[in-house]
Amino acid sequence: MTRVPQTRRAVLAAAAAASALILGPRGLIAPARAQGLAPTETMRGGANNYRAGAPIRDRIGGGGFLMSGTVRRAGDGAPLEGVRIQIWAHTTEGRERDPESHGATLTDASGAFRMDMPQIVPAFGQPHAHLAYDADHDPNGFRTVFLRPVMSSRSDTSLSADFVLQPA
Amino acid sequence: MRRLPPTLVRAALAVAIALPLAVAGTSPLLAWRGPVYIAGCFAGVIGLALLLVQPLLAAGALPGAEGRRGRRLHAWVGAGLVAAVVLHVGALWLTSPPDVIDALLLRSPTPFSVWGVAAMWAVFATGLLAAFRRRLTRRLGPGLWRRGHLLLGALIAAGVILHAMLIDGIMEGWTKAGLCALVAAAAARAILAGRRRRPAAGRGR
Repeated sequence: MTRVPQTRRAVLAAAAAASALILGPRGLIAPARAQGLAPTETMRGGANNYRAGAPIRDRIGGGGFLMSGTVRRAGDGAPLEGVRIQIWAHTTEGRERDPESHGATLTDASGAFRMDMPQIVPAFGQPHAHLAYDADHDPNGFRTVFLRPVMSSRSDTSLSADFVLQPA
Repeated sequence: MRRLPPTLVRAALAVAIALPLAVAGTSPLLAWRGPVYIAGCFAGVIGLALLLVQPLLAAGALPGAEGRRGRRLHAWVGAGLVAAVVLHVGALWLTSPPDVIDALLLRSPTPFSVWGVAAMWAVFATGLLAAFRRRLTRRLGPGLWRRGHLLLGALIAAGVILHAMLIDGIMEGWTKAGLCALVAAAAARAILAGRRRRPAAGRGR
């Protein structure tokens, strides 16, 4: 009989742990708290329809949708400059696998990247983007990570995704 | 159960199916999808619509399609359902192979995929069960065959409803929810009626 509340507590504890894991990196702006910053794991389906080695572009297609994010180093959380991030999505201008849907950009001194791209539209059931840090196309020597962030609404006109990279 | 006028039942069924399909046909997403992807999407919507007809035929609830005629139609609609699933998955595969492979291998990031895949296997299993009905009922008895069929039917209805409701796709929200609610009600009614109607030769209690 006592198993039920115990299970519920376990579920709550797991949920709290999970939300701490999810929310953790976003709150880590203070350097003191950034100690031991865990690297970002590749997300399921993150690499789908990836076309390696897309050119560095000012914008993908006509633009109008803002994809942004930051790249930091695992452990100390230091912002990483000049890191190549590739972005692609199903948009109003093309499918994920179309070469024109792909573009890459470099992070600035604060570790931030921005890409102006066409409006992302739902594909395969979710409005989502794909981002890659590909070790084979970047000289900085971190481990490859693929992200697949999902927009909270199909009418959103921006989306952000953050990388925490670890040395290869 | 009190019988409604046949014309009213037929008209209601036609509206229940045609309205969500028509509204899906006006989805803005269609402008950004190719013909194969669009065919795959509509195969899914049509499959959902067939899933409303299927339990109604099984329960003999459609006027003009009771008894033997209803069972024949039930078999044909079942074959159509298998075809819709094959078209749906096949067209999506052509559109984006890695996404469909992830779904089939149960490693997709989208929560609705697993329900769709479960429903797909249940549809295929039901097709096999129906194709070998004579042989199977001789071996297992009609009661066990019927219970298996009902169980798979319940799994299909639940899986497809969850799959459809979690997807942000070409179906509009309210008409999708409405059609799913009707599918749930029709399936529940047919399953309850089917459980009650145990054949004498069966192994039912």
